[in-house]
Amino acid sequence: MGSCSSHAASIPDWDDIRRETGFSQASLVRLHHRFRALDCNKKGYLCRMDLQQIGALAVNPLGDRIIDSFFPDGSHSVDFRGFVRILAHFRPVEDEGTGIRDPKEPEPLNSRMNKLRFAFQLYDLDRDGKISRHEMLQVLRLMVGAQVTEEQLESIADRTVQEADEDGDGAVSFLEFAKTLEKMNVEQKMSIRILK
Amino acid sequence: MLRTALPLLGLPLAETEAAGEPTKEPGAPGEPPPGLALFRWQWHEVEAPYLVALWILVASLAKIAPRVQAGLLDFLLFGSLISAVDPVAVLAVFEEVHVNETLFIIVFGESLLNDAVTVVLYKVCNSFVEMGSANVQATDYLKGIASLFVVSLGGAAVGLVFAFLLALTTRFTKRVRIIEPLLVFLLAYAAYLTAEMASLSAIIAVTMCGLGCKKYVEANISHKSRTAVKYTMKTLASCAETVIFMLLGISAVDSSKWAWDSGLVLGTLIFILFFRALGVVLQTWVLNQFRLVPLDKIDQVVMSYGGLRGAVAFALVILLDRTKVPAKDYFVATTIVVVFFTVIIQGLTIKPLVKWLKVKRSEHHKPTLNQELHEHTFDHILAAVEDVVGHHGYHYWRDRWEQFDKKYLSQLLMRRSAYRIRDQIWDVYYRLNIRDAISFVDQGGHVLSSTGLTLPSMPSRNSVAETSVTNLLRESGSGACLDLQVIDTVRSGRDREDAVMHHLLCGGLYKPRRRYKASCSRHFISEDAQERQDKEVFQQNMKRRLESFKSTKHNICFTKNKPRLRKPGHKKKDGVANTETTNGKPPRDLGFQDTAAVIVTLESEEEEEESDSSETEKEDDEGIIFVARATSEVLQEGKVSGNLEVCPSPRVIPPSPTCAEKQLPWKSGQGDLAVYVSSETTKIVPVDMQTGWNQSISSLESLASPPCTQAPTMTHLPPRPLAAEEPQAPLALPSDPLLSFAFPPSLAKAGRSRSESSADIPQQQELQPLMGQKDHTHLSPRAANPRWCIQFNKGGQL
Repeated sequence: MGSCSSHAASIPDWDDIRRETGFSQASLVRLHHRFRALDCNKKGYLCRMDLQQIGALAVNPLGDRIIDSFFPDGSHSVDFRGFVRILAHFRPVEDEGTGIRDPKEPEPLNSRMNKLRFAFQLYDLDRDGKISRHEMLQVLRLMVGAQVTEEQLESIADRTVQEADEDGDGAVSFLEFAKTLEKMNVEQKMSIRILK
Repeated sequence: MLRTALPLLGLPLAETEAAGEPTKEPGAPGEPPPGLALFRWQWHEVEAPYLVALWILVASLAKIAPRVQAGLLDFLLFGSLISAVDPVAVLAVFEEVHVNETLFIIVFGESLLNDAVTVVLYKVCNSFVEMGSANVQATDYLKGIASLFVVSLGGAAVGLVFAFLLALTTRFTKRVRIIEPLLVFLLAYAAYLTAEMASLSAIIAVTMCGLGCKKYVEANISHKSRTAVKYTMKTLASCAETVIFMLLGISAVDSSKWAWDSGLVLGTLIFILFFRALGVVLQTWVLNQFRLVPLDKIDQVVMSYGGLRGAVAFALVILLDRTKVPAKDYFVATTIVVVFFTVIIQGLTIKPLVKWLKVKRSEHHKPTLNQELHEHTFDHILAAVEDVVGHHGYHYWRDRWEQFDKKYLSQLLMRRSAYRIRDQIWDVYYRLNIRDAISFVDQGGHVLSSTGLTLPSMPSRNSVAETSVTNLLRESGSGACLDLQVIDTVRSGRDREDAVMHHLLCGGLYKPRRRYKASCSRHFISEDAQERQDKEVFQQNMKRRLESFKSTKHNICFTKNKPRLRKPGHKKKDGVANTETTNGKPPRDLGFQDTAAVIVTLESEEEEEESDSSETEKEDDEGIIFVARATSEVLQEGKVSGNLEVCPSPRVIPPSPTCAEKQLPWKSGQGDLAVYVSSETTKIVPVDMQTGWNQSISSLESLASPPCTQAPTMTHLPPRPLAAEEPQAPLALPSDPLLSFAFPPSLAKAGRSRSESSADIPQQQELQPLMGQKDHTHLSPRAANPRWCIQFNKGGQL
């Protein structure tokens, strides 16, 4: 573990990061390697272009949005802490009993609610706390194949918003969003095993 | 010998008992205080008889020890055939139990794939037995292991080759639908026979054939063929199962075929349970190191208990050669008992066991559009995050496979038309709409009573109990069919309702489209609602006309409706590129083409001449195409501007009325269409139900008829039927094959009709989709032109 600890020492706020994200030491080390590999000019932080270099993201319909989610609040660079904070959302949920957790502590980043909130923010670009029909349409446009026409997309968007919208305001709030997904096993679907 | 010893032993017993009594006297030091002792341990009193009894018991048990004379190799052979889990039995039992999918896949998959192992082990052991145990050399063992890989991978390869062949040939069977089921059966069976011939694993070959070709064949073949294949397979499978279990039963009764040996039977039963459990536990432990969601104890219990032996074991044991394996009869008896035991006892008790252990059951929730969409989103998110982390996980490979499939395989193996409109989210949306439309028609039967309107697919509302029409329609395996004649046909058994329904629908549901202000008053709910609606609709219309007028200026394009195979270059033609800012996503300029292609597709799904006419007329469609977007007035007031930002793709204006229309018999009386929902009916709906109503109406409309003027109130584009699926529903009608012909044009038009920007919408919408024969005869290739929305020389009508 010698290399690990010296490695760990090179990362500032190591303990803070660990506590905040809940990652194990090995995972953090691996992520740090990856961070440094992505950081092509050795700037110490990542900018948008670094992430856009990842080829596979270019063919992912939501690739751009994911990249944007790494830069919250319109900033143009993300340090290691921010990088890891976003990835912490995808940590698998441990099976510990729910009563054990200290209620005063903030909810862990990989809890179900936080995972859902991350997904919600991908939809809700203007950050008004609701997914309007327009935003839904945009997401659909990204994700649905080219063979579906604009009108069909609009129909789908309308219907989607309608299905989820309970208070009839024509937009989907976070709680409504969470409600539509209550049957889905979000903890499993939004987790990457190696990020334990 | 033992029996004589017993009386002798009885004497010492009596002595010890007598000797024991004095020691029971209380008061001796160290003993518990005197009083009534409820329980005392008195081993020394019963020691001797106990031991004797045990001894006798063990000796009797030894009498049941197996008396079979068989060598190690024979037992290995027997072990190889008895340990294999049988897919038939597993399927039969698990189908009822509905465990969660992971568990089902594990057990069922195991039973399918272990055929390779069974085949290999059986053949290897058989040949060892034949060679004689003395002649087996080390290399033979190695060869045996190598043959395992050869057999399984070879079988899979054979299966995939046939899958490819099958998918490829079904791509071209558009004109000869009748041979499709035949192709499926024959090629699958050929895969089986080929694998058998090469002494590879036949079951794996057939499994892989099915796995590999399903996606493409399902898209390529017609709905009827699919139904035919499905039910024939079920029947055949059921027959085969019955025959083999009958053979099992008969063999059990015919005692000349087997010889009983208690030791072997009991031993086998105990050991198969025990070793299966052991194997499952060990392997699960290994697997859990790599799984995101570990398999817990309950899963392991179900997995080990669910390993049923069945017909394969029996078949293999019957095939043994008695000269080579002298113990064959004992083996046969044991196998019969084992199969009976596992199938009957384990099969019967697994259901209560599952309930008792509270195994997670499979969730049969109907997929809502939201869930479908969000699942897709999550998949993409995870794939992206995996890329960021640099981890080639499950999602990465799955993405890669899907891209490969989309680029190469689907293009090669799927029919063009089917390939175009495949999209999962659209699928779900379409099915939901159909379901709503069906239930809508079901409820109460007529449009006038809208109070009870509920849509089953809206989770927040109560779903209506399915009425018989729905059930009938669904049972017939067809998708939605809102064709009036179909509904009538289906209900032909109920004479009482038939006529009533028919008239009601004629009069109520399918009212002629009228202009806004000229509607007759008997369907109004309230005057002010009507006025408000009218005003809004009018405003929307005007806005939309302006929009589309502007958009046509920018988006003039020609349409070649169907990218024919012989002109591959003409695929993308329009000048409109959707300014998609998405990364790498192909621009949606295929949109309009696909609409055209959709129409054509529908047509092409139809029999014969349809496609010819469609193809020829496509050439003629030159013209400005545009369609104004329909917007839901309820949801989109104030959001219309948002739509304008979207780069408009070329749309299609509804075509002019065909000559066929004028001859539609239905119209003679009422002067109008029989089968579509008029906008008037929307006015019946209370305002708060408007959107739900609109959706179902639009789906009804799209399926049944051209839209009405008040299309703006219709919120949604009618679902385009997927080539391979729902549009076949009308085809399912035995009565009138030509009905199907009538069907698609309406579908095609339905979307376009949204633009009431053109002034002759009234005429255009007179097109009657349901007019089977008459339409068809009149619709020579030339006359078919008007049906195609694409034709629009209607540029001038702007």
